[in-house]
Order: sequence, then C-alpha cells, then structure tokens
Amino acid sequence: MKRVVVTGLGCITPIGNTVEEFRESMFAGRTGIAPFDTTFAGALSPDPGLRFRTTAKVKGFDPVNNPAQHLASGVIVSSDSSAQFGIVAARQAAAESGLLSHYDPADIAIITGCACGGRAADEEANRHLYTRNARVAPTAILRTMASSGTSSIAIEMGVTGQVLNVSTACASGTHAIGLAFQMVRAGIAPAAITGGYEAALTFGFLRAWDSMRVVSPTSCRPFALDRDGMTLGEGSAMLAIEPLDAALARGARIYAEIVGFGMSADAHHITQPRAEGAALAMRRALEDAAQSGADDAAGRVGYINAHGTGTPTNDAVEAAAIHQALGELAPHIPVGASKSLTGHSIGAAGAIEALATVLALDAANLPYTAGVTEIDPAFNLDVIMGATRPLAVGKDLALSNSLAFGGLNAVLALRRYTS
Amino acid sequence: MDDIESRIIELVAKSKNLPTSDVRMDTTFDELQIDSLDKINLSFAVEEMFSIEIPDESLNSLKTVGDVVRGVENLRAAAPPDAAAS
Repeated sequence: MKRVVVTGLGCITPIGNTVEEFRESMFAGRTGIAPFDTTFAGALSPDPGLRFRTTAKVKGFDPVNNPAQHLASGVIVSSDSSAQFGIVAARQAAAESGLLSHYDPADIAIITGCACGGRAADEEANRHLYTRNARVAPTAILRTMASSGTSSIAIEMGVTGQVLNVSTACASGTHAIGLAFQMVRAGIAPAAITGGYEAALTFGFLRAWDSMRVVSPTSCRPFALDRDGMTLGEGSAMLAIEPLDAALARGARIYAEIVGFGMSADAHHITQPRAEGAALAMRRALEDAAQSGADDAAGRVGYINAHGTGTPTNDAVEAAAIHQALGELAPHIPVGASKSLTGHSIGAAGAIEALATVLALDAANLPYTAGVTEIDPAFNLDVIMGATRPLAVGKDLALSNSLAFGGLNAVLALRRYTS
Repeated sequence: MDDIESRIIELVAKSKNLPTSDVRMDTTFDELQIDSLDKINLSFAVEEMFSIEIPDESLNSLKTVGDVVRGVENLRAAAPPDAAAS
C-alpha cells in the first residue's frame, strides 16, 4: 500500500478562480454568497417566484478572453460551463504538480464528480423546443453529459488511463477523490487528477430547490442557532495526487496526505438523512486512516470540515453523527463548514471542501464558518466562528464529510504533511 | 459575391475563429480542420440560417465551402416558393 499525497491544486469557485485567491478569501472569511440577478431569459413572469435571493456564483470566468482560462472555440461550443470549470481547474492542478511531465499518460487516472451535468445547456435547449418548437442543436447531447468535463480534461491532457465520472448527488466530489485515493494507494493508477465540477444555477434548478423548501432566504449559516437553510453554489476543485515516494523522488511540493476514505448508505429515505449512516462513513474513514499508519486516528483529529449545509435537519443529524463516530472527543474537535463561503455546489462541493481541508492542514490554520455568531447549543460542538484558529499541537488529521440526498455518505481523512 | 456565398463564408470563418479572407469557395474542410462534429454543427447552423434541411447523403459529399454554397442554392431552388422566400 502506497502513501498518497496531494501535489497540485486547482479551482474555479465563488471565492476565487485560483488557489491563491481561494486561500486568501477562505482565511479572511470572505463569502461568495451574494444576491443574484432575478431576470431569467425566457421566464414568463418578471417575478421569479423564489423565496430566496442569494446564490454563490463563480465570478470573472472568461474562457474566451482570459488566457489563464482559455478554451478552444470547439470546446466552448460543445461544453457547458460546468465542464469548463472542471477543465480549467484540472489544468491548474496538473500544471502545479507537474504530473503530466512525470507520468506516462496511460498511468494517470482522472476521476471526477459531477451530479447535474450540463443543466444550463439542457434547460436552454428544452425551453426553445417546448415554447417555439425550435430544433435542438447537435451539441446539446455533448453539453449535457455529466462526464463531458471528464472527457474534455482527458482530451486536453492526452491522458489515456482510467477515466470516469461519479454521480452521487452532493457527495460526488468526495466519492471521486476517495476512489482516486484508493486506486493510487493500491497501485492501480500511479497518479490521478481528481475532484468535481458543477454549474447548475439555472432558473429551473433554483425553482426546484425552492419547492423543496430547504434554501435559506438569507444566507447559509451552518450549525448556527438561527440557521435557516442552504445556499446554492457552483464551481470546481481538482487535486493532483500521487504516491509519497514518487513525489519525494521528484521534489514535488506536498500539500497534504490522504490517509483514509469511508463510504456508507443510510438505506433509509431519499431526503431525510440518518446519523448512523454518516457516523459509519466517518468511522470507516478513521479505521482506514489507522490502517494507513495513522495510529489513534480518532484522537488525532484536529478539524472536521463538515457537510454543513445550514439546513435545520442536515446540521442536527451531522452533529449527532459526529458524536456517534467520535464519542467523548466530539465536543472538543474544531468543526468548520465551507458552504458558508462557497455555497453548496452539489457534485463539486466535496472537492471544494477537500481543497479547503488540504489548505487548512497545509497552513496548520483552520478557517472559520462565516456568518455564524451563535452556535446551536443542542449540538455540543466546537464550531469555529469569528476568526481562524491554529491546528492544535498533536492533532494532524482532518475529516471532510459529504452527506448526499439519498443517504449516500462519503468521508475523506487527510493528514498534515511534514517532511 | 452573392448573399448565400458571403453568409456561408462568414459562418464558416466565425465557427473556426478565422478572418473571412481565409475562407474561399475552393477551401476544403480538411484545410480548415473542420472535423465531423464541426461539420454537423455547421450543417445545423446552415439549416437554421436558410430554413432548409440538408439530406444525410448530401452531407457526406460536402468537401469544400463551395459544395455547401451550391448545395444551399440547389435546395432553395427546389423548395416551395414560400419556404424559399423565408
């Protein structure tokens, strides 16, 4: 079994279109959540009929005019912005790690998470079809495939190894990174680029979420006493991962080590989560970490990047799961929730939160949960608020939780790397 | 240059991010690196622009920009007057 480390990072997110911007915004607690333009092309009423007015959108993404984000015209016409976010984020991670010049293209895996596919492209094509019997462009199929970004990354990089996309709703990005980690650890893939991408902030998508009555009319405040729901987001994050010995041999910059992965299914309800399921995934990630050499894994956890959607139900169930999984340690472990900064980007969320966790471990500094001034005392958790906090001495592990609709849970265990 | 020719040359040039001066009637798709997907997209745009339907067998025989222009002229000439006028 190989030790697996992260040697490259990339992102397109509501709080930064480079890792440097993301890091700065994250530690400053600057949220990407903001009011959105309520004018939707083709909407029959000027009133969008939504109970909420904020999302977390990517800003300043321009693959035509920005050389750092450039995509060929052929890629632009045949892809949705979800895929485009993924391609550019993967490019950043690959460039930083130098993976492409050190591994054979057939030895690199690309494992991504995307749950909604090209939702914007699909909705636009169907709107014209249903309202004016318009023809549907041949690129509609290509733009709506959930794996469109995955394939485009492989094509751009010439990577011919194991390439696949995972779709497990809000846990897609975490499942993708977990699978890539297992593959590299087992030697099935000598290296991988892995993460998630999503861009589904369409009128139809927002209306559908509105109907579920789980979106905050204000802003996502995970674990707060006054939390009132989630905020939808979009974006992409990608990690370049490889074995520790290979990274050391070529002098690569090492951000963190991935030491464990746990999965579980609630087998309970399509929307109502169960603490037992999430707790099982967390325990499995810790057991996996222990087998990877992290003795006393639970006692070394110094940070939990929670799924933390900010809905009354998710946060209560996740808090219970943290107590079930970590017992008497639970009240003393700092908990943070990136969605207060980035919103909930569904299939990309786990990847963006893995990025946040990697950066926190790398800096030995824990970001705080934005907008939270009073924690729900019923949770008995140490939620970080107001200011960043150093990673405690003797604690070098972090968990990154993703708990999807449908009860599909995925948890990564990461370790601070010190040479 | 007639209207159909100039509109198609403009469409082809735009689809490949080229100046129109790089696209002539005898320019081949191979020269423009127009692959099978580009060809399908271009055909769709031409059909939309001229309110015509390019039959599959004609699509396969298109090799140059001039082939497209002549094909559109023929289809419009064969179309009923109301369709051709649209």
